[in-house]
Amino acid sequence: MSELENRNPDPLTKNVVFLTAVDDIINATRANSVWPLTFGLACCAIEMMATGAAKYDIDRFGSGPFRGTPRQSDLMIVAGTVTHKMAPRVKRLYDQMPEPKYVIAMGGCVIRGGPYVKHGYHVVKGVDLLVPVDVYIPGCPPRPEALLEGLFKVQKLMKREKILDRTRRTTKPEVYQPV
Amino acid sequence: MARLEVGQIIAVLKEKLPDAVVEEVLDGVDPFVVVKAEAWAAVAGLCRDDSRLGFDLLSCITGVDYPEREDGAEIEVIYNLDSIANHHELTVKVKLPRDDPRIASVEEIWRTADWHERETYDLLGVVFEGHHNLVRILCAEDWVGHPLRKDYEPPDSFHGIKNVIY
Repeated sequence: MSELENRNPDPLTKNVVFLTAVDDIINATRANSVWPLTFGLACCAIEMMATGAAKYDIDRFGSGPFRGTPRQSDLMIVAGTVTHKMAPRVKRLYDQMPEPKYVIAMGGCVIRGGPYVKHGYHVVKGVDLLVPVDVYIPGCPPRPEALLEGLFKVQKLMKREKILDRTRRTTKPEVYQPV
Repeated sequence: MARLEVGQIIAVLKEKLPDAVVEEVLDGVDPFVVVKAEAWAAVAGLCRDDSRLGFDLLSCITGVDYPEREDGAEIEVIYNLDSIANHHELTVKVKLPRDDPRIASVEEIWRTADWHERETYDLLGVVFEGHHNLVRILCAEDWVGHPLRKDYEPPDSFHGIKNVIY
């Protein structure tokens, strides 16, 4: 009789075998190692940096490594006013991210143009006109706690992924309904 | 050199370039001098090179659209000059016709004018003659119109992205 069995008399776990769904284990790893794209457009990015820094410490929730390339990222935090000049770049960065990918719209400007909604000729009236958005975080700018809450929402969405489901992103952005 | 009051600065300008100064306003928070558009290049060169003036810094270039002035529609270009050596400053205004605003570039005199002139061109459509690269700096490259003109109408959509949601 091995030492392990001696110490663990529970017949269910003494052979250290767990049964779980593939979806669950993949989703658990995915949701707890979210790699956001390093991507700041305006003042909201300052709050995003604060979220990543020591005081709020997004690393606690497995989302520390802000990547320098979209090819290694699975979360795009659009932090700051999206202008018409920037719009094609945002779209291209989104397109370059591998599936499955998630988008957080951070702050009033990104949600609906914010203070520029009426007279801001140069501002895209919501980044969801460009890319599908999963989580909207209101605020001007949102506090780091709010961004962390948004991250938790994204993690919840990630845990609902199905490995066989390849249809999630085929919906057009115009009719895409955020969960 | 010594610090000069605005009146003394304008006196130097008038002494060297008697025809350039059109108007001077010495009261108010920000005294200014209005010079002729065609004399602006000479005035700028004098401002930098005259040792009494010594304006070694161009702080800002601003454009203002006045579509309903009494003497015709105008665009004003405002230059804020500073002298770090002499501790004095000067505001120079140039009035241009609104339908075809053209003025000499001072990019060769103060290198900082490069981007400032591009901004004024982008937002108001003032053409700075002699600028080496007069293209838009803030708006997208293929933007239509000059947004800070009073009669500017923003586009309903830009490259398929709708711009009006209310």
